[in-house]
Amino acid sequence: MDINKLRRMADQIATNFAAIGHDNAVLATADHINKFWDPRMKAQIFADDRSALSAIAGLAIEKLARGADPAPQTRATQFNKVDEVGHSDAG
Amino acid sequence: MGFERQKDFGTPEVKSDETVTLTIDGREITVPAGTSVMRAAAESGGDIPKLCATDNVKSFGSCRLCLVEIEGARGTPASCTTPAAQGMVVKTQTPRLQKLRKGVMELYISDHPLDCLTCSANNDCELQDQAANVGLRDVRYGYEGANHLSKKADTSNPYFTFDPSKCIVCSRCVRACDEVQGTFALTVDGRGFASMISAGQTTDDFLSSECVSCGACVQACPTATLQEKSVKEIGTPERAVVTTCAYCGVGCTFRAEMRGEQLVRMVPWKDGKANHGHSCVKGRFAWGYANHKDRITKPMIRENISDPWQEVSWEEAIQFSADKITAIKAEHGARALGGITSSRCTNEETFLVQKLIRAGFGANNVDTCARVCHSPTGYGLSTTFGTSAGTQDFDSAMDTDVFLVIGANPTDAHPVFGSRIKKRLRQGAKMIVVDPRRIDLVKSPHIEAAHHLPLQPGTNVAVLTSIAHVIVTEGLAAEDFIRERCDWDEYQDWARFVADEKHSPEFLEAVTKVPAHIVREAARLFATGGNGAIYYGLGVTEHSQGSSTVMAIANLAMVTGNIGRSGVGVNPLRGQNNVQGACDMGSFPHELPGYRHIAGQEVRELFENDWGVILDPEPGLRIPNMLDAAVDGSFKAIYIQGEDILQSDPDTHHVSAGLAAMDCVIVHDLFLNETANYAHVFLPGSTFLEKEGTFTNAERRIQPVRKVMEPANGYEDWEVTQLLANAIGCDWTYTHASQILDEIARLTPTFAGVNWARVTSGEPLQWPVNDKAPQGSPIMHVDGFVRGKGKFVVTEYVPTDEKTGPRFPLLLTTGRILSQYNVGAQTRRTGNNIWHSEDVLEIHPTDAENRGLADGSFARLASRAGETTLRVQVTDRVAPGVVYTTFHHPDTQANVVTTDNSDWATNCPEYKVTAVQVTPSNGPSEWQEEYADLTAMARRIANEPGREELEPAE
Repeated sequence: MDINKLRRMADQIATNFAAIGHDNAVLATADHINKFWDPRMKAQIFADDRSALSAIAGLAIEKLARGADPAPQTRATQFNKVDEVGHSDAG
Repeated sequence: MGFERQKDFGTPEVKSDETVTLTIDGREITVPAGTSVMRAAAESGGDIPKLCATDNVKSFGSCRLCLVEIEGARGTPASCTTPAAQGMVVKTQTPRLQKLRKGVMELYISDHPLDCLTCSANNDCELQDQAANVGLRDVRYGYEGANHLSKKADTSNPYFTFDPSKCIVCSRCVRACDEVQGTFALTVDGRGFASMISAGQTTDDFLSSECVSCGACVQACPTATLQEKSVKEIGTPERAVVTTCAYCGVGCTFRAEMRGEQLVRMVPWKDGKANHGHSCVKGRFAWGYANHKDRITKPMIRENISDPWQEVSWEEAIQFSADKITAIKAEHGARALGGITSSRCTNEETFLVQKLIRAGFGANNVDTCARVCHSPTGYGLSTTFGTSAGTQDFDSAMDTDVFLVIGANPTDAHPVFGSRIKKRLRQGAKMIVVDPRRIDLVKSPHIEAAHHLPLQPGTNVAVLTSIAHVIVTEGLAAEDFIRERCDWDEYQDWARFVADEKHSPEFLEAVTKVPAHIVREAARLFATGGNGAIYYGLGVTEHSQGSSTVMAIANLAMVTGNIGRSGVGVNPLRGQNNVQGACDMGSFPHELPGYRHIAGQEVRELFENDWGVILDPEPGLRIPNMLDAAVDGSFKAIYIQGEDILQSDPDTHHVSAGLAAMDCVIVHDLFLNETANYAHVFLPGSTFLEKEGTFTNAERRIQPVRKVMEPANGYEDWEVTQLLANAIGCDWTYTHASQILDEIARLTPTFAGVNWARVTSGEPLQWPVNDKAPQGSPIMHVDGFVRGKGKFVVTEYVPTDEKTGPRFPLLLTTGRILSQYNVGAQTRRTGNNIWHSEDVLEIHPTDAENRGLADGSFARLASRAGETTLRVQVTDRVAPGVVYTTFHHPDTQANVVTTDNSDWATNCPEYKVTAVQVTPSNGPSEWQEEYADLTAMARRIANEPGREELEPAE
């Protein structure tokens, strides 16, 4: 896939989380990519040059590439448990 | 049910805590105070003769047919305008009344053609019924005097005629247009004998008038004066089946009135919970596509998209598809396969498609059109409220004091709800519109918004944050509500953020282009004006900060305490009929039905045990990523049910490159749509009239879809999906959609209490329907948020990368128009085309003049993504610097121009902001010419195997 598009997507996520503080934004960006990206997209950006990414996105990708499985950082990534009805993310 | 008109109670239902008890013809009845004597009589089984009264509009008291005698009262008052009173004793049938009524009816009939036997309304005419009801036997006045019998009919509207020779000037049509639709297109012109119903000015006919063809006047007409042309052509219906409209997310219910297997007309169902007997031009009239000659009813295959289509049997088409899927899976793995579910299809069909992709194909590469419309709603409301469902039912609007409509145009895109909003505005509610265009809710007959914030496209977050700034810094926040319902510490963090001077309306005015004083006044009104409700559409979500805007909206609702009761709330207006249902049914690549992430082991085990398969634990690709992966060579085959991504998705060049790169594209649709130009298999689909199942509307209301005729292609859509599934090795044995619904209920907690019997019983069901809420949940978050406390989220404004400059100095924004629906595949094949036969570009007079463009001239619209040509419409509805067009016509293809920018959280495309240039043009763009050639080539169908002659599909 077009690596520039993946970089742009990662940076966009990081930029929009920046307001919650650097460390939290790194975690939230990692959590977001972990929950929503397909394995081939993840594999490609893990193999990419970190310096091509913004600081927050680069650190987030580094965490994931090293096998991190971050806990949910926003309620959008806290999905329903098997028997739960509360959450929905209907588009 | 057999055919009978819906009961008409004569005057509208009254809601009151007080009741009165009266006696009518010896029957005692208790009704809410304020109920008319006419309605009380009807509710107790009586039937007072009437002509000018109908229960969709207020009483009028003009026809003098509904006279009654009331003990102790003088004269014979009209029962429609007389409120029932405690202890009242009423007689509705006496010799005196009969004489009076007969006299009135005699006058009506003396100026009415006596052609009942050949009239198209014979046996479906209230005038005829009431003449019989009052016992009219002859007319003493003769028919030779002055009359209106030679008046010519107005047949200009494509769907109904206006025949003044049959008009009794009861004004029901005028009042329906005013009170129900709110367009005020009709009037009674002239006085006395010269009184005539008129649409607009003397020179106007129905088509050229302001009439929006909603059909309210036709439904209200008690004679054949305003009548559907289809009734004249086919005859009156013999049976009626209640079903749900397949257009927008309002979810109107209709009586499909049938003659044999032929649909005669769609009449809005008065008991419909979403529409209360109202309709729009699409649902009411634009169903002709179901039998259009373009419809494909035989399966077709081809090895290469340059080949002509070959019509084949279902068995051959399914086997051809299965062989390709199986071979690709063997060579490239399951993750090379995927599919798109349809928000136009039923819950059951959508559920089955995602099951096919996950359990049959073995991948999670499933997505749906919500990706390109309301996916940011999912992200944004989940983050703030814990669940993304719209918080209200539509009826809630009638308790709203201040509407805040952002990036939505309900009178065009959700017209029946738009009429409800207008009705509430006429009752005195206030309106704030945040939109780059001057939509009809800003100003139209009898309504005017208190404030219009004509913001620069792409600055939603800045405007909403500046509104929040005013509320917080002027001490207007609902702190009691926030302390009780929200996380106070998070609120304080957020309040500090928005209170910063850089978020003030004055500071941001340079970016938003909205005068600061208007923002301040709007903020004050929303915070202090009573019940405040926010309604929004794709003008919010289809931006690079769509998700942030949704969170900013949720923040605004919480800071003003507008959550958890009738009249308030946050309400995403869903575009398609079943977009809510498609999402509920697990159409997103990262989650199974019921919004449970695919990575959850317990969740997967539930489905694995039920389906007897092992599921991939990793999220799949979203639609734009599927196309990226196809270009890259790792995504090879797709099954697309009821979706035309080539026309609807952004950056057409990219979509076509992705489709062209795939080895197998299976399109399952009614027509050879634009996507089918790149397909190898075409599986004919069935219309909503040909299937059973359920749709879930924007209020989470689960409603039945009923089969009123056999599928022209031979199968309901879920049956086709089952054929494909079984051909690749599944062992599915569904024989009715209700069995799929049972499976949904078994596996999806929000649907736990839902079944076919309850859905078809007419019981209102708004999910969640479960043990805690057995009757469903019309309003969400009543006593507290569904999950924990309300969460204020800081939303920093991040300008879009899409910026104007010397090459592309204007901003394009796109949207819908009333008469057309999305890609137009349905509405373009109906009479609706008369109102909008081509996409046009709205441009401000200053911008037009600078470019030498006059109204109606052709222009080239170009962006960095591509270019097309279309006519311009010079109008000040758009601000200088902004242009607007629709995307209903493939030969214009607005999405050639839109870019691949998308929302940061969900990849929802940034349709609403594209930097463009507009210049005069004298011919189609290169792309348009090439695409016309491609379409002609791609739609060839071989007549018979072995013959060389080919014919186009259309």
